[in-house]
Amino acid sequence: MKPRHKRITLILCGLASLAVAAVFVLRALDSNIALYVTPSDVFAGKSPQGKAFRMGGLVKKESIQREGMTTRFIITDTAKEISVSYTGILPDLFRDGKGAIVQGRLEQDGQFVASEVLAKHDENYMPPEAKHAIEQAQKK
Amino acid sequence: MTPELGHFALILALMAALLQGLLPLIGAQRISSYSAQWIALARPAAQTHFLLLVFAFACLAQSFLTNDFSVAYVAQNSNTKLPAMYQFAAVWGGHEGSLLLWVLMLSGWGAAVSLASRQLPEAMVARVLAVLGLVSIGMLAFILFTSNPFERLLPALAEGRDLNPLLQDPGLVFHPPMLYMGYVGFSVAFAFAIAALISGRLDAAWARWSRPWTTAAWVFLTIGIAMGSWWAYNELGWGGWWFWDPVENASFMPWLAGTALIHSLAITEKRGAFKNWTVLLAIAAFSLSLLGTFLVRSGVLTSVHAFASDPSRGVFILILLAVVIGSSLTLFAWRAPKVGVGGAFALVSRETMLLINNVLLVVAAGSVLLGTLYPLLIDALGLGKLSVGPPYFNTVFVPVMVPLLLLIAVGPLARWKHADLRDMARRLRVSFILALLAGAIFPHLMGIWTPMTALGSLLAVWIASSTVFQIAERLKIGGGNASASFWGMHLAHFGIAVFVIGVTLVGGYQEEKDVRMQTGATVSVGGYQLRLLDIGAAPGPNYHADVGTFELSRNGHVLKTLYPEKRHYFSSQMPMTEAAIDTGFTRDIYVSLGEPLDNQGAWSVRVYFKPFIDWIWGGCLLMAAGGFLALLDRRYRLRVKAAVTLPGSVSA
Repeated sequence: MKPRHKRITLILCGLASLAVAAVFVLRALDSNIALYVTPSDVFAGKSPQGKAFRMGGLVKKESIQREGMTTRFIITDTAKEISVSYTGILPDLFRDGKGAIVQGRLEQDGQFVASEVLAKHDENYMPPEAKHAIEQAQKK
Repeated sequence: MTPELGHFALILALMAALLQGLLPLIGAQRISSYSAQWIALARPAAQTHFLLLVFAFACLAQSFLTNDFSVAYVAQNSNTKLPAMYQFAAVWGGHEGSLLLWVLMLSGWGAAVSLASRQLPEAMVARVLAVLGLVSIGMLAFILFTSNPFERLLPALAEGRDLNPLLQDPGLVFHPPMLYMGYVGFSVAFAFAIAALISGRLDAAWARWSRPWTTAAWVFLTIGIAMGSWWAYNELGWGGWWFWDPVENASFMPWLAGTALIHSLAITEKRGAFKNWTVLLAIAAFSLSLLGTFLVRSGVLTSVHAFASDPSRGVFILILLAVVIGSSLTLFAWRAPKVGVGGAFALVSRETMLLINNVLLVVAAGSVLLGTLYPLLIDALGLGKLSVGPPYFNTVFVPVMVPLLLLIAVGPLARWKHADLRDMARRLRVSFILALLAGAIFPHLMGIWTPMTALGSLLAVWIASSTVFQIAERLKIGGGNASASFWGMHLAHFGIAVFVIGVTLVGGYQEEKDVRMQTGATVSVGGYQLRLLDIGAAPGPNYHADVGTFELSRNGHVLKTLYPEKRHYFSSQMPMTEAAIDTGFTRDIYVSLGEPLDNQGAWSVRVYFKPFIDWIWGGCLLMAAGGFLALLDRRYRLRVKAAVTLPGSVSA
C-alpha cells in the first residue's frame, strides 16, 4: 500500500470507530439520564411516566416515620408535598427540615418509591436542585 | 502579624511570577540586547517564586496550628479541639487553602524544572519556565482577588467552626496533595509543548525531555485518584470504590488524557511521528486539569464534593480556562502546519497499536466529559435539570475499555515501523489459551458464571500472562541490559491486570445487606457471620460516638472483633459514619452503623462482603510503581547534544 492509501485507511478506521463510539454514547446517554423534577411539577403532571427521575426539595418537618428498614417521609417544595418511601440506610445528613434529593419512580397511588436518597455533606449547604425547587414554588 | 506576612509573600510571589512569565519569554526570542540576561533570569525567578509560596503556605499553616481565629479561613475550617494532624491538613481543607496548595505545587514543579534541566538548551528552559510563570500569574491573581486565605475576620471568633467532619480522615492528609501534584504536574508537559510550539523545535528531543515530567505527573495523579477512591470507600460509608461522581470524573479525565499522552510521547520520541497529536494531547491534559479545578471549585456541580461555594469565583476560573485553551490552540493552529509528519510506518506496527490506544483513551475521556458536562449544558440552555448516572458511564466505558485491554497484551510485542503478525500470533498463543480457560473456568470457582465476570477474568489473564511471557522472553536473551522503562511498562501493564481482577470480582460477587439488628443478632454475608455483641457510647477528642462491637466469624471460628462508629461532632452536630473493615488479601468485610431504629436498641446496620476489592488499589499502586520505574531510565539523564538528529527533526 502507498503511504497515502495507508493514511486514508487509518483515517477512515478512526472515523468509523468514532462513529460507532458516538452511537453508543448517545444511546447510553439517552437511556440513562434522570430528569430533575419539583413536587409542583409532579402535581402538574410534568414528571416522566414509568421512568425513574429525581425530585428535590425539603424533608418536611416531623414527617419521618420508620417501619423496620423502610422509612417514609414527605418531600416538599413548600407548595406541594409528595410522600416518599425508601428501604435501606439513609445518608448521615438526611434530616428533618433539610434539603434532599430522591431518585426513583412514582407509583400509581401517587407514592414515590426512592431507590436512592442523596443529602449533602455540609450542614449549611442546600443541594442546588432542592433550592431550585423551593424557589420555583415560591415564585408562583 | 503572620497572616499579613503571608499575604505580602503572596503578592511578592505574583511579582516573581510576572518576572518569570514575561522576561525569559521575550529574552528567548532574541530580539533585545539584554536577551541573555533575561533568559538567565528564568531559573532564579522560578526558585524565588517557589520559596515565597512556601513561606506563604507556612504562614497559613502557622495560623492554623496556633488557632488564630482572626483569620476568616482558619475560623471557618479549624477548631481548638481538632487534632494537630488535621489542623495542618485543614490548610487545604477549604477553597482558599486548596488553591494556595495548587499554586504552591505549580511553583514547585517550576522550581524542579529549573534544577533538573541542566542538559536542556537555555532558551528552551526559559520558555518552559515562562509558560509555568504565566499560568501561575493567573492562579495567583485569582487567589489574591477572589479567594485570599489570609483575610482577617474582625472581631476574631473565640472558637472556629471546625473542619468538615468528612475531611477528618488520614486520607485528607495525603489525597489532595497527591492529586494536585498530578493535576498541576501536567502543566510541565503543557509548558514543554507550548515552548516547543513557540520555538518550532517540535522534535524527538523535545519528546524525550517532556516524557519524564509527564510520567512523574501521571504517577502522582494515579496515586491521588487511587487514594481518593480508597478514602471514599472508607469514609463515605457506601462501600463503593468509584461513583462516577462529577468530581471524580474531573480527576479521571486528565488521567485518561495523560495516559494517552504518555503513549504518544513514546511514538514521538522513538519515531518522530504524531508530533502535532502529542502537542494537542499535552494541551488537552492540562486543560482538563484546569477544567477539573473549575468544576470542583465553582460549585456548579451536584456532587459529594460540592461544599458551599461561590459561583462568582467559577467565572474567574472559566475565563482563565478560556484564555489558556484559546491561546494555546491559536498558537497550535499557527505553528502546527510547519511541523513535519515523521517516520512512515506499516498498518501493522507498534505505531498503529499506540495510535489505537490513543484513539480509545481519547474517546473514553470524551465520553466522560460529555456525561459530566451534559447536565450543565442542558441547565445553561434552560432545557431543564437532569443528572447522568453511573449506568451511562458503565455502558459507555466498558465497550471502549475492552479493546484497549485486549491491545495491552499485543502492543508491546509489535515492532516499530513494521510488525510481523504471524510472529506476534505465535508469541501470544499460550496467553490466548490461558485467557480462554480463565474466562470459562474461573467464574465457576468463585460462584456463578456470568458474561461480565468471564470477560473480566479473560482480560486479566490475557494481560498478565502475556506480560509475564514477554518478560521471560527478554530474560532468556539477556535481561540484564533491559532498560528501566522496559520494566516500568510491564509492571504498569501487570498492574492493570490486577486492577481488572479487582473490578470484575467486586462487581460480580459482592454481597450487600442493609439489616435491622439487635444485640445478639447474627447476619451472614459471603460465608462469614457477624454477631452484634453490643452498641455503646464512647468519647472522642471533638466528638462523641456510638460504637458497635461485632464479632466476625467463619464456620464457628472467631476471626476478629470489629468496631464501627457513628460519630456526632460537637461543633457541627453532624453525624458521621465510620465503617469498620476487616481487610484481607482476597476479601474485605465491611460493617457500618446506620441509625437507631426503635426503643428496643435495634439499629440499622450495613454489611458488605467485597471480594478482591483491595486488588483495585493494589493494581493502581503497581501502575504508579511502573511509572516510577520508567522515570529511573538512564536515557533521561544523559546529556542531550545540541544537534540531535533523530527522525523528523524540523526547524521553523
